Amino acid sequence: MNRLKTAVGQLQLANPIMPASGTFTEDLADVFDLGILGAHVLKTFTPEIRSGNPTPRVCDLTGGMMNAIGIPSKGLDYFLHHTLPFWARYDVPLVVSISAHSYDAFARLAAAVSVPGVAAIEANISCPNIEADGRAFAVRADTTGQVVTQLRAATDLPLWVKLSPNTGEPVEVAQAAEAAGADALVVANTLLGMAIDINTRQPRLGNVMGGISGPAIKPVALRMTYQAATATRIPVIGCGGIVTVADVVEFLIAGATAVQVGTATFQSPGTMQRLLAGLDDWLDAHGVSSVNDLRGTVMIPDATVPVLT
Amino acid sequence: MSAVAKEVIPTPPPYRCAEALTVVRGNEVVNTDYRLLTLDAPADVLDCAPGQFFQLLCPGTADDQPFLRRPMSIYDFDMQSGSLRFLYKVTGAGTRGLATLRAGDRLNVLGPLGQGFTMPDDWQRLMLVARGVGLATLAPLARLAQARGRQLTAICSARAAEYVMSVDHFRDCGAEVIVVTDTDGSSAPDSMRALIEARIATGRVDAFYTCGSARIARMLQDIGAAHGIPGEIALEQQMACGLGMCQACVRPFRIGGDVVHRRVCREGPVFPLAGVVV
Repeated sequence: MNRLKTAVGQLQLANPIMPASGTFTEDLADVFDLGILGAHVLKTFTPEIRSGNPTPRVCDLTGGMMNAIGIPSKGLDYFLHHTLPFWARYDVPLVVSISAHSYDAFARLAAAVSVPGVAAIEANISCPNIEADGRAFAVRADTTGQVVTQLRAATDLPLWVKLSPNTGEPVEVAQAAEAAGADALVVANTLLGMAIDINTRQPRLGNVMGGISGPAIKPVALRMTYQAATATRIPVIGCGGIVTVADVVEFLIAGATAVQVGTATFQSPGTMQRLLAGLDDWLDAHGVSSVNDLRGTVMIPDATVPVLT
Repeated sequence: MSAVAKEVIPTPPPYRCAEALTVVRGNEVVNTDYRLLTLDAPADVLDCAPGQFFQLLCPGTADDQPFLRRPMSIYDFDMQSGSLRFLYKVTGAGTRGLATLRAGDRLNVLGPLGQGFTMPDDWQRLMLVARGVGLATLAPLARLAQARGRQLTAICSARAAEYVMSVDHFRDCGAEVIVVTDTDGSSAPDSMRALIEARIATGRVDAFYTCGSARIARMLQDIGAAHGIPGEIALEQQMACGLGMCQACVRPFRIGGDVVHRRVCREGPVFPLAGVVV
């Protein structure tokens, strides 16, 4: 499976398949050997202990799902003393997803998780920023730039920044993250949505609104992956609605270096294991000697100059 | 050898649960509300415990395309005959899809999942109290109780007598079956409480098992606290992954002075009756 080897910046990966944050815990080891994955991306945790949102926390959609889990978090001590030791058994890069509601708290958490055993930090900047009227850091280029600058100063680990599709300026946000020192972009988080039960007239999520994920948002994530890969020089990790080998290949062609798989694991927990075998077979069948040869090979017709924003 | 490879400890197979493609053997109407689905399932998903559940990848229909799997408690499992059965009520997109299955169709299942019922040695005289589809969840427990020689009383609650399920099954398991219904008023909390306390008075209940009704659960918590009788409850909650990853299916529990959230799919679906907030 040498043709699957890739790298996100300096971080070498055995293959480009990894879980999306929030859809992956040690519980998946009940289904397959997690040692086969390209990286382990853990669920976001926050400095403070949080219990999460009221139920229902998920609802079913056509072609996907919507969630408002609310980042239940057991805090830093639990992470350092329970979560981190568990993952040490695997020889797979560990990517730790963190979030916080202020620049300072975010930076302090980044410093606190910069410990042996952690290969990279994924900054979930889609959470509300209390210093910007509760708007997510990721919706504006200036707040993205500020938070990434502070995170960059707080850690020497590779810093991945997970972008949000809930912005009208995806290119500016991606460039702001790059300029502030991000080593890679994860594109993208869930798309904000809402659903109502017409019989009870109540929202179908306890939090009223939630994040849509799954195949329904794949074109949005693919478009943002293309935008980010075209507008920056740092690696892009595609994320959003990936279910099949064809989806993986499509994101790589759009410009992704690696991909994250999330909601598909909820529907079928063996998805990533199947994608790994299937991607290798696909490369073999198409005479592609390295997965890296696919990256950014999208053929835009000559007459077309896409407007990135 | 210049470099020593880091010791890698892969998770050893066999894995705790598996995704399996089953074949529908039958999918019959039981009464106006319920259907019984019988599957031919491979042995690697049939090492089940009563109270555990499966996540079913329900087929779509012209009107519905369910995306997430639907959790369904096991009604019956048999390693010898390779059969796995679910008793379900058609209530939404997932179960509407299940109702379209015909003999010979395929169904992808994931399981068995969660923690089943326990049956400590000092729980000799068991009282099962359930309503609606909760009766289905207790069906395999009754079989286990019989196999272990436990004395069994099953109080089966329903809207009306024609909707009471599993009465024959409980009788086959050696249970004394008491049917209570809304139509004759016997399912009202006061009537049920009197019925249960009369049995406690004559020393006939070591433990309760329940599923399917918050009202019954609260009543049993009350009676249990008053008479020092422990019990277990199988809970339901909307789920996404069913494995413990997504944190969607939490329910609140009173532990000491605190309220803590536990995952129905992972720490449950069976919990001690006492701490559950119902």
